[in-house]
Amino acid sequence: MSAADFYVPESEAGLPISLSRVGKTFGKLSVLGNFNLDVPAGQFLAVVGRSGGGKSTLMRLIAGLDTPSSGRVAIGGRTVERLHPSVRLLFQEARLVPWQRVGENVGIARGADWQEKARRTLADVGLDDRENDWPSVLSGGQRQRVALARALVSEPQILLLDEPFGALDALTRIEMHRLLERIWTERGFTTVLITHDVAEAVALADRVVVLSGGAISLDIAVDLDRPRRELADPRAVDLQRQILEAV
Amino acid sequence: MTDTSVAGYAAGDTRSKPNFKRLGSALLPWALPIVLLVVWEIAARTGLVTARLMPAPTTVAAAFWKSLLNGSLIVHTLASTQRALIGLAIGGGLGFIAGVVNGLWKPAETLLDSTLQMVRNIPHLALIPLVILWFGIDETAKIFLVSIGVFFPIYINTFYGVRTIDPQLVEMASVYGLDRKALITRIILPGALPSILVGLRYALGFMWLTLIVAETISATSGIGYMTMNAREFLQTDVVLLGIIVYALLGKLADVATRAIEKRVLVWHPAYQGGQEGGR
Repeated sequence: MSAADFYVPESEAGLPISLSRVGKTFGKLSVLGNFNLDVPAGQFLAVVGRSGGGKSTLMRLIAGLDTPSSGRVAIGGRTVERLHPSVRLLFQEARLVPWQRVGENVGIARGADWQEKARRTLADVGLDDRENDWPSVLSGGQRQRVALARALVSEPQILLLDEPFGALDALTRIEMHRLLERIWTERGFTTVLITHDVAEAVALADRVVVLSGGAISLDIAVDLDRPRRELADPRAVDLQRQILEAV
Repeated sequence: MTDTSVAGYAAGDTRSKPNFKRLGSALLPWALPIVLLVVWEIAARTGLVTARLMPAPTTVAAAFWKSLLNGSLIVHTLASTQRALIGLAIGGGLGFIAGVVNGLWKPAETLLDSTLQMVRNIPHLALIPLVILWFGIDETAKIFLVSIGVFFPIYINTFYGVRTIDPQLVEMASVYGLDRKALITRIILPGALPSILVGLRYALGFMWLTLIVAETISATSGIGYMTMNAREFLQTDVVLLGIIVYALLGKLADVATRAIEKRVLVWHPAYQGGQEGGR
């Protein structure tokens, strides 16, 4: 039980996500109509679009927080009816529980050995020995790291990220990108990142989907080497240009 | 260490400061009461105020010493405190339960809240004649009144605290698989706690207020009875003593709540002033 033990997740596989002919209306407002999207297991997908373009609705449908008005959302071949236990969601805000210490926040669902698991996962996101701090003393980036650890501690097969780095400063954001890329490479869960930052999408994802007016206007593969350190890679710049034109 | 502890929460952070400064800030709140006592003593001694209406502090102190020696002060204080605490436990407990249930469960709120809001607007001391008719002048009457007095501040603040929990936290908790019991014990109740403690402080004020009135009207023991009895015999010093005892009990209740707040709200940024440097 020493800190030097290398942390090996029990399940490395991701689950595929499939949306077929999904429609979602709020009253008379149609947010998604006849929407189709297949995300293979283990893929890192970024969804880019303007605000109000249905990104968050898409996220909530996959998470099982909302039910589609028509069509079917499936995870691992099974229709999503409620919150799926292997799906974890990272919100725009860290949403830490202020009256629980960092370790208790990470182990929010408790379960066997939660303290030890929380400690290891915190170390994995670069927050060694911080499990006894109160969330109020952490910086914005540290809070999102805790939120990331909380999502990862249960070894999810799907990780949904709803603009989680939007409120961070540029340097912290790059740190978080590298952290997320490393953990995703190690663990191989399916990832859906919602973002309005085209550079972020190209820096992280295997595939970028542009959502506008409730439909996909561009679906493009990002075939760049990992880890992606070259910010000014001409291929990346070209991809960003194509995406921006479609937004 | 810099001078960041002016907010007053950082009592533990002042080790390296000059001692006289600490002593000064500790004594400052007592300066005004002490000056008032001295002025009062002089006024009574010089006959500026009639000693029968306003006896000197030393006379009150003598009355305190006498009632302490013959045990009556302790007996009466214990009688009052016991009533106060039983009433607080019953009324506060019911207020807490009603607040939590109505805050969490919409049908209960629909059923109960408007009735409770209506009853709340009756001054509970106006019930005294009715309570005497119902229960006579025994313990039940006073405990009943105290219970009603503390019920509403606890109820309203618990309800408010439960209702104003950040919905984002509740959503997070459900995404992360917390069941209803864990949601209530780990998210909702701790989140409502600051508000509940505000309710408790109000309730303690109402508790003593109700008790004083109830005891002066109908009792055979307690501080209220002691002062009313002293009035019959024109023992103004004992009346003043009773008032001072009430003030001290009220202050004690306030200190206790603050201690509870400081202990259970350690997570709150407002209570963390002194911790950072110490770790």
